[in-house]
Amino acid sequence: MRFTLNGRSVTYEASGARRLLDVLREDLGATGTKEGCGEGECGACSVLIDGEVVDSCLVAVGQVEGCEVVTVEGLAEGTELSALQQAFINYGAAQCGICTPGMLLAAHVLLQRPDRLSADDVREGLAGNLCRCTGYTKIIEAVLSCRK
Amino acid sequence: MPEVTYLRPENIQDAVQLYRTTPGCRLLAGGTDLMVMLHAGTLRPQPRAVLDVWSLRELKGVRRVGDALEIGAAESYTGIIRSADANRYVPALVAAARTIGAAQIQNRGTLGGNLANASPAGDTLPVLLAYDAVVVTDRRTIRIDNFFLGYRKTALQADELITAVRVPLDRDVVFRKVGTRAAQAISKIVMAVCRAPARVAVGSVAEVPMRAGGAERALAEGDVAGAVGAVAADIRPIDDVRSTADYRRAVTQNVLRELLDAFTRE
Repeated sequence: MRFTLNGRSVTYEASGARRLLDVLREDLGATGTKEGCGEGECGACSVLIDGEVVDSCLVAVGQVEGCEVVTVEGLAEGTELSALQQAFINYGAAQCGICTPGMLLAAHVLLQRPDRLSADDVREGLAGNLCRCTGYTKIIEAVLSCRK
Repeated sequence: MPEVTYLRPENIQDAVQLYRTTPGCRLLAGGTDLMVMLHAGTLRPQPRAVLDVWSLRELKGVRRVGDALEIGAAESYTGIIRSADANRYVPALVAAARTIGAAQIQNRGTLGGNLANASPAGDTLPVLLAYDAVVVTDRRTIRIDNFFLGYRKTALQADELITAVRVPLDRDVVFRKVGTRAAQAISKIVMAVCRAPARVAVGSVAEVPMRAGGAERALAEGDVAGAVGAVAADIRPIDDVRSTADYRRAVTQNVLRELLDAFTRE
């Protein structure tokens, strides 16, 4: 089977029932995606499939045949961080860092929306991504700063 | 985890055929329940194959069919939330879909999965009960009040596949979920109420999502206080990790009072 990972076509041969999370990390070396709970509760393993944020621990790799998958490795352009990534640094929105890749991808989707973003919109948009360090305030500030 | 064969049929006919003929086969749609159990190895019996119906076109979409809204079994909650017809005709179902998990789960979770998994805490299930929904399978239709037979036990036969859910249009149904937080919470209690015909449907308060018969009879006679009193005896809550039986009984009564007050204020 084939799918696109961060703009590059990849092929995969083993069982389609494996978790996308495991294939990304173990077979494709895309270790930016983290495993937290493995139950769809924490959002650490969030990736984008055809532009929608999903927990990669809940996706069988066979289900992404022909899809475009984006992981945190796909957010920067070359060595240039995205504005959102730079904002996370500027605002101190990452501490231990485990939730950060998933946070960035869920926030990236939010920032694709054309409408205005309030702090509550960001809280709702990131409700599936748990952070045990920051208390969320810095994360929300970082996301909102990308709209100013 | 032993190797599990992954099957991805091209169309519904192939899916039905494969499901009938593949031993030890489980259906896979959005994976929000199945992938967790598959990875943890907690499914009994251990599946030998998964049959992926997620991308079958025949199971997608929200459309009007006669006097009902038909929702594909593998349509995502996000698809339901974005559907103009769903917002117009079955707003309580949209309200329930919005409370499920968060974006990641809403993008993958499906009505067919919620029904087949038949968790007593399934958030759409009281709503479907309050709407008198009909479950459509590859071979028949099943009225929702005949669907839940016991703890995670449904009326589906071993090789029967849910294809859609039909929900009558324009019923006046209201919904409320109580969990530990607004998102990513499994319900302590979840309720949907229809004014006419009188339906009081509750989840997380018994071994199945259930209708509260005593409360419905009182409500049908316009007796709000009677309905609130009766519902406590209708339900069969237990103490578990999420809540206690006493709490659930009290909150079920409070939520029913609140939802019925909302009708009166209209």
